[in-house]
Amino acid sequence: MTSPESSPALSKGRSLTRTVSSKTIFSNVMTGLVVTCAILALIPLVALLYYVITKGIVRISPQLFTQLPPPPFPRDHPQFNSGGFGNAVVGTFMTVGIASLISIPFGILASIYLSEFARDTKLANAINFLTNVLSGVPSIVMGVFAYGLIVVKTRSYSAVAAGVAIAVLMLPTIVRTSTEALESVPNNLRQASVGLGASSYQTVLRVILPAAIPAIITGIILAIARAAGETAPVLFTALFNNFWNWDPWRPTATLAVLVYNYAITPFANWQELAWAAALVLVTMVLVANILARWIVRRR
Amino acid sequence: MTTNLQTSTKTNTDVVFRTENVNIYYGDFKAVRDVNIEVPRHAITAFIGPSGCGKSTVLRCFNRLNDLIKSFHLDGKILYHGQDLYASDIDAVEVRRQIGMVFQQPNPFPKTIYDNIAFGPRLLGYKGDMDELVENSLRGAAMWDDVKDKLKALGTDLSGGQQQRLCIARAIAVQPEVLLMDEPCAALDPISTLKIEDLMQELKEKYTLVIVTHNMQQASRASDFTAFFNVQANEKGQRTGYIEEHDRTEVIFQSPKQKATQEYVSGRFG
Repeated sequence: MTSPESSPALSKGRSLTRTVSSKTIFSNVMTGLVVTCAILALIPLVALLYYVITKGIVRISPQLFTQLPPPPFPRDHPQFNSGGFGNAVVGTFMTVGIASLISIPFGILASIYLSEFARDTKLANAINFLTNVLSGVPSIVMGVFAYGLIVVKTRSYSAVAAGVAIAVLMLPTIVRTSTEALESVPNNLRQASVGLGASSYQTVLRVILPAAIPAIITGIILAIARAAGETAPVLFTALFNNFWNWDPWRPTATLAVLVYNYAITPFANWQELAWAAALVLVTMVLVANILARWIVRRR
Repeated sequence: MTTNLQTSTKTNTDVVFRTENVNIYYGDFKAVRDVNIEVPRHAITAFIGPSGCGKSTVLRCFNRLNDLIKSFHLDGKILYHGQDLYASDIDAVEVRRQIGMVFQQPNPFPKTIYDNIAFGPRLLGYKGDMDELVENSLRGAAMWDDVKDKLKALGTDLSGGQQQRLCIARAIAVQPEVLLMDEPCAALDPISTLKIEDLMQELKEKYTLVIVTHNMQQASRASDFTAFFNVQANEKGQRTGYIEEHDRTEVIFQSPKQKATQEYVSGRFG
C-alpha cells in the first residue's frame, strides 16, 4: 500500500487503491438489488406489449379501419381474414369526442376558478377534495350513473350516454392537471400583468392561460388516452353495434367493448380481431403519451 | 361608479403623492404606521431602510398592488393629485394603468419582446401605430439599438439586465405618470445596475419615480429625495415599520437630523 506524500493530515496513510470492505460489499449488493427490482417492474409492461403486438400484428391492415366486423368463420374458411372494425374506431372517436366536448370546457373553467379566484378558500378546498373523491370512484359507477341519467330517459343506449360517463371520468384528471398547471405559473407574471392595469380576466386570458396551456394540453391528452381505453363506463351505455353508426343517440361500437365482446367468443377470427383492437388501443395510448411528452419538451 | 382619473391629472400639482397618517395592516398585524410623506413630481424618491421595515409595502400601496393580498388593509389617506386612491369609488385597475410598477425580479412575459411591450397598450385598446409605440418605448428604456433586430425573440431569453429594461419599457408603453420600482437592481450585476441608474435619470424628465432600494450608494447616487424607514418591535415581537426621516437625499446622507438615520447611512446597522 502506498500513500502519496503530499496528502493532507486526515487522509495521511490512507490508500487510494480500491479495497474490499464490508461497506463496499453492502453497497454493491444493494445496487444489484435495486437494479433487479427496476427490471422486474418493467417485465409486466414489456411482456404485455410483446404479447399484444405479436398476437395483434397478424391482422393489422388498412381494411381494419374501413370494414365492418365479419360473421364468425372457421379457420379454413376463405374469408377467415376478411372484415375489420372501422365502426368501432369511429365509435371510439365519437364517444371520446363527446366526452371531451363536455369535460374540457368544464374542467378548464373549474380549474381557473380554483387556482385564480378561489385559491386556498374553503370552497376551493372542498371542491379539490370532491374532485379527488370523484377520481377514486370506480369507472363502472360512472357507467351506472350515465345509464340512469340518459339511457333510461332516452330509452336507448347511445354514444351520448357513453360520452357523459367518460366525461365524468375525465373531469377530475383535467381539473387536477389544469389546476396544477395554472398554479405553477409564477406569481410574478400575475403581478406584472396586474401592475400594467390588466383586470383579473385579462390577466387570466392573456398571461396565465397562455403560459399554462402546454401543461393543460398534456393533461387533457393523457386524460383522453386513458378514457379511450375504458370499458366499464361504455359497456352498458354505448352498448355495441355491428354496423356503421353516425347517430350519437343510437347504440355505438367502441374498441374497448369490441375487445371484451370478441375475446370471450369461441370464434378464432373474432378473437384475432379482439387482439388487433387491443393493439390499436395500446398504440393510441402510446402515441398520445409521446405527443404529450413532446408538447412538454417543446415549451 | 368609477371616477375617471384622467381628468384629474389635468390639474397637475407638483406633489404627486401625499399620504396622510397611513397605517398598513395584514390582518391584525400592523406592518407600517404613521406614513406621512410627499412625493414630488419629476424627481426620484428613494425608500431605504433595513429589511422588514415596510418600504416595499408602502410602495405597493401607491398603485394598489397590495389589493391582491387578502388580509391587507390600510387606514389613513394616500392622495394622488389630491384624490384618495383608496376611496370606494376608485377603480384599482385604472390606478395601475397610470402608476406603473417595475419589480425586483425581472418578470417579462414568456412572449416576444414586441408582444411584451404591446401588452399594456393592447389592454387599453390602443388604436395608434403599435410599431411606433413599441420603438419609442424601447428607446425610452435605452434598449432599442440592442433589440431592434430581434423584436420577435422571446423576452425571457434576454439577459437579466436587458429583461429589467424590457420591463421598464413595458411599463412606460402605457405612458404612466409614475413609475414605482421595487428594488429594480437587486437581481442585477453592477454594470447592468449602473445602466438602469443612468436610465432612471433620463426617465425622471418625463415620469415621477419612486424606488425602493437596499443599496445605499444607489440611493445617494440616483435619488433626489430619500425616506429612511426604520422598524420597531412591540412587546409581542411584532415589527412595525415607520418613516424615521424624509428629506432631500444630500441631507439624509450628509447631515441627517436623526441619530438612527446617521447610523444607518454610515453602515452601522441594517
